Amino acid sequence: MSIPAVPVPMESPRAPWYRRLPVISHFNKSVGLQRGMLVAGLVLTGLFVLTALFAPLLAPYGFAQLSDADGNFPTQQAPGGKHLLGTTVGGYDVLSRVIWGAQTAILVIVVAVAMSIVVGVVLGLLSGYLGGWLDRILVVIADAVYAFPSLLVAIVMAIVISGGQSSLIGGIFAAGTAITLVFIPQYFRVIRAETVRLKAEPFVESAKVVGASNIRIMSRHIYRNATRTLPLIFTLNASEAILTLAGLGFLGFGIEPSSAAEWGFDLNKALADTTSGIWWTGLFPGLAIVLTVVGLTLVGESINDLNDPRLRGRKSTGSSSPAPVDSAAIATEVRAS
Amino acid sequence: MTVNIDTTSGAGSGHESDGGHPVLDIDHLQVTFATDGGPVHAVRDVSLEVRKGEVLAIVGESGSGKTVTAKTILGLLPETASSSGAVVINGADVISVSAATLRQIRGRDVAMVFQEPSTALNPVFTVGWQIAEGIRAHAGTDGNRVSAKEAKSRAIDALRKVGIPDPEHRVNYYPHQFSGGQKQRVVIAAALALNPGLIVADEPTTALDVTVQAEILELLRDLRDKYGTSIVLITHNMGVVADLADRVVVMYQGDVVEEAPARTLFAEPKQDYTRKLLAAVPHLGHNSASEGLTSRAHKDEEILVEAKDLTIEYPGRLGTPAFKAVDQVSFTLSRGEVFGLVGESGSGKTTIGRAIAGLNRTTGGSLRVLGYEMLNLKERTFKPLRKDIGFVFQDPAASFNPQLTIGDCIAEPMVIHTKPSPAQARKRVGELLEAVQLPASYAGRYPHELSGGQRQRASLARALSLNPRLLIADEPTSALDVSVQAKVLELFRDIQEEFGFACLFISHDLAVVDTLSSWVGVLYKGRLVEQGIGNQVMGSPEHDYTRRLIASLPVPDPQEQARRREEHRALLGI
Repeated sequence: MSIPAVPVPMESPRAPWYRRLPVISHFNKSVGLQRGMLVAGLVLTGLFVLTALFAPLLAPYGFAQLSDADGNFPTQQAPGGKHLLGTTVGGYDVLSRVIWGAQTAILVIVVAVAMSIVVGVVLGLLSGYLGGWLDRILVVIADAVYAFPSLLVAIVMAIVISGGQSSLIGGIFAAGTAITLVFIPQYFRVIRAETVRLKAEPFVESAKVVGASNIRIMSRHIYRNATRTLPLIFTLNASEAILTLAGLGFLGFGIEPSSAAEWGFDLNKALADTTSGIWWTGLFPGLAIVLTVVGLTLVGESINDLNDPRLRGRKSTGSSSPAPVDSAAIATEVRAS
Repeated sequence: MTVNIDTTSGAGSGHESDGGHPVLDIDHLQVTFATDGGPVHAVRDVSLEVRKGEVLAIVGESGSGKTVTAKTILGLLPETASSSGAVVINGADVISVSAATLRQIRGRDVAMVFQEPSTALNPVFTVGWQIAEGIRAHAGTDGNRVSAKEAKSRAIDALRKVGIPDPEHRVNYYPHQFSGGQKQRVVIAAALALNPGLIVADEPTTALDVTVQAEILELLRDLRDKYGTSIVLITHNMGVVADLADRVVVMYQGDVVEEAPARTLFAEPKQDYTRKLLAAVPHLGHNSASEGLTSRAHKDEEILVEAKDLTIEYPGRLGTPAFKAVDQVSFTLSRGEVFGLVGESGSGKTTIGRAIAGLNRTTGGSLRVLGYEMLNLKERTFKPLRKDIGFVFQDPAASFNPQLTIGDCIAEPMVIHTKPSPAQARKRVGELLEAVQLPASYAGRYPHELSGGQRQRASLARALSLNPRLLIADEPTSALDVSVQAKVLELFRDIQEEFGFACLFISHDLAVVDTLSSWVGVLYKGRLVEQGIGNQVMGSPEHDYTRRLIASLPVPDPQEQARRREEHRALLGI
């Protein structure tokens, strides 16, 4: 059957390389509401990344600063004046801690997701391609890890690695490793499933027929085809990583306030304030968590929809004279965003 | 492309002489799809009509818009499509009517038979339920809802009409309890349940074996003769057209190129495109590779592949015995020879090819490939021999890594075995591309940028990159359009002569095998029932199965096909 309705999901390789990057190519493919969601997600995520990068310039004070030239900061001061978002019970500046918190969050995401991607992809490839007893054991382990509540595993890991409390680097790695352990099974499963599917594809068989070694087949033929869904899991997991980190902090397994700013920890400390009508110490770290997670999730979900030709919206065709696509205009749009 | 032919006047005059009122009238139909690459005009301007009791065949290659036209008749186009023009069935224009009216028209006035019967039936319901579903969706003759009991009895009638034995019983069977051909009969029964005046059959026999195809064609012909049902037959198979069609519409890139009665079209095609299309169709007995041979051509050459009582089993599930895919097969393949292996699906032909390439393990007997015993094969010791074996896969789209350029793919066997410098590799890739008649600049392209035929040429280039002594071609042309297939086969023939490799050519298409191979083996249920010189096997088959296989193959010539049909009936004793 020949139905031209099923479009080939690809971007033209003739397009310059920057137009083929994951998010940018998705942006070019999107229209209407889907584009709106993607743009909203990109704006929120961009804001988060920029805040993290330029935290030293943006934050009025250090994250652990309790006093300046004028003397000690007042405690539990309402927003306004010298402290735009008020101060906490310990005398920290809320705005500064929210801004510095972005830096901690992004470091945890990078550490956690990078480690779990590397480990998950390698194990998934080996397990799916080689099969046999290795596959069976790894799948059972992955299932076992799935069965644990992720926060519980994270707490156990945090205790094992740092005894529960630690410095910036130690804390980040404790949280990162904890999250890594929880996320590895996700990457492992996705890559393994793709590998098992690709293993039966004729192009892999044709590589076998010409005598390619297992390592060559895995690295050259399967790896690049199996990792196409990774940007999607990456964005979705990034948001989950933040939530796990915040959850750890909230339960008191986070990073010492003198080592780094951490939204979950601040939320925990703000718990007692709410009963006495002090809303600003809890609201702003909470809002930071919500906006970051919403931003990352919007990007992830949009990429998911745009990757699937059946879910992707398209410009409607004019029956007689379709408007020519103005590629120059799109290019400027991309550069502007 | 624009072709200016006056199709309306031709059809109009025929219509007047017929005196009847057309069952289907398509007038200036246009269908456009919204895609990522902008709008695609799938159907540009199609006008045709179908009269009562007539089989109209719409033929064309992939992308010609024939399936889209068929789907428009039932209003089955996806949301991304927009259509204009008129498709009138019994006075109602399918394009403009409401969804509710369209639902009334479907099933009652027009029904569809799909290509793949196993996917067209829902596996979790009985076939009787599925046929009754259509009946109960429409009001009965008295205007009331049809009772479940009546619907079932009508489903039994429909099953009887399509020749399912013991329909009272079989109506409660699930789809998996039927064979492929019977499933297609059930699909046709579901289409017939409400006695529609028109059936749209989209490639109704493409997924079936030739012998089953002959039965289904017989059934469709019966429907026309006994019940006066009109049929729109969508197909790319010229043999099927010659067998069944009264009138033929040839489509190319969304336009009607030619419309004529079947006999006229095959005897004297008017348009260039039709002539080219017909010339490309392989015709059993024409252009045979073994013409004039009286003994096996390469019998004195070195034997490259030797199978002795070769048995290949697939392990069964717990409690079920192993499945014998290949059962005690013995043959030899000598240097420079082309061995054609034919058989229907499930006959074990692909399994043999894969076993020779070391992709499947053998479980019994002996298979020696280039002197290496494949029973209990060890990959490490077999690997050095792999450079002497080339493999061409069925689906050229899937056999290239989509992430690598064509040049990288073709160079891969060299990189693995001879480790050339990049410059040497590039030079050799250029030579190979030239040998398969592709421009050397294609080395930098990605697989999806090539057409199906070009990809299969590149696939051939890859298989030849180390000058193998043995090439295994597993249905290399069955995913291609006829005109492309003809060119690829011609190229294959030339290259085989030039390079002189031995080749195991696996195909289900007798005519294709006959044009390429001098020595032919026929597989049936895992057994090699007959082997011999091509034209002798095709001309005077000895085994019953071979006789049946050859008789059921429709040839692209209506007159000859009518004669062959009689012979086939006689053979089956109808």
